[in-house]
Amino acid sequence: MDTQQQLDQFQERIDNGEKIEPKDWMPERYRKQLIRIMSQHAHSEIVGMLPEGNWITRAPSLKRKMVLLAKVQDEAGHGLYLYSATETLGIERRELVEGYIYGNAKYSSIFNYPTLTYADICVIGWLVDGAAIVNQTMLAKSSYGPYARANLRICKEESFHKKQGYEMLAKMMEGTEAQQKMAQDAVNRWWWPTLMMFGPNDSDSPNSAELIKWGVKSKTNDELRQHFVDRMVMEAEAINVELPDPDLTYNEETGHWEFGEIPWDEFWSVVKGDGPMNRERIKARQKAYESGEWVREAAMEYARKKKLRKEKAS
Amino acid sequence: MSDQTNTEWPLWEVFYQPKDGKPFEHAGSVHAPDSEMALQNARDTYARRNEGISLWVVPSDQIVASTPEDVGPFFDPANDKAYRHPQFYSVPRAVKKRK
Repeated sequence: MDTQQQLDQFQERIDNGEKIEPKDWMPERYRKQLIRIMSQHAHSEIVGMLPEGNWITRAPSLKRKMVLLAKVQDEAGHGLYLYSATETLGIERRELVEGYIYGNAKYSSIFNYPTLTYADICVIGWLVDGAAIVNQTMLAKSSYGPYARANLRICKEESFHKKQGYEMLAKMMEGTEAQQKMAQDAVNRWWWPTLMMFGPNDSDSPNSAELIKWGVKSKTNDELRQHFVDRMVMEAEAINVELPDPDLTYNEETGHWEFGEIPWDEFWSVVKGDGPMNRERIKARQKAYESGEWVREAAMEYARKKKLRKEKAS
Repeated sequence: MSDQTNTEWPLWEVFYQPKDGKPFEHAGSVHAPDSEMALQNARDTYARRNEGISLWVVPSDQIVASTPEDVGPFFDPANDKAYRHPQFYSVPRAVKKRK
């Protein structure tokens, strides 16, 4: 049981801006919450490879293919940084991975939408990675040392992801009428799901206050979302693409862009598993995991035999 | 679901040297069946952009670390030895000026 004195001392460390390291004392609930959000973050990076991987073989040029391959490989890397950081909390990789492949651990809902055209790849880079940067820049200052460091590493790579998407989208918006239409269509489909990436409104987000108190996060969902919208309005204007929200208006007083009501019913239905691609994503991950089992076993066996041979020789 | 429980590859801690002459830093960890694959996985995970010019991998269970509980008594022999620092000593004014 965590005593009040321990909890107070822990809170004092957080309030002083100290980082918590794996072997330090921490409240059981802090550990649990970290495992939950860090592993969700890791699963999201891994599942995030699927919608983009879908287009690698059909990239419009060799250059775009190399870029997309490198980006998808980075997503795998991000997943691995985060799993590695989560394991420092005393939980095994296998348990984390099986938690979402067979259990009900969540990953970001955004990856339960399909990528219908190559313009979706542009928009994922621009909007989805753009939103991820906003979130991860905050998490790079998280109170848990390994999580903060993993996010710092991720942020350095994420800006390449966003820029390659934005550049491609700008190119499409300068292209033929059909290309412009395709680009606009992708923006229309991804805009609202991207805004949902920041999570429910603060009034419906029971975990937020606690995560902020413990310094895991430093901004609320709505604050992050607003920051993102303000930036994206400017970026959309610069490339002549429209954001599909008739209610977008600039508020002179606050200096922020006000936006329309987010379709939360859709959000909750995707979270609960009824998005367009939920089943397919999980099936793809199960298949990869199970088909890889013999490879993992064989590699282990090879390592064992190699070691035996070496011991015999010496 | 797989019922095998022995195929989780062992965990390795990864250290990298960012530049020539710099000390090694901890990067994170990887899973791998042996040291050779641990190095390859470490390269693919932590050095995709030349972040390191050299890598170390060490089985995680071989790392010995000081514990946070002992941090006071463990490090306090260093606390009362101000004479180990150059600021402890005075220098003639004339010499100070010539810096």
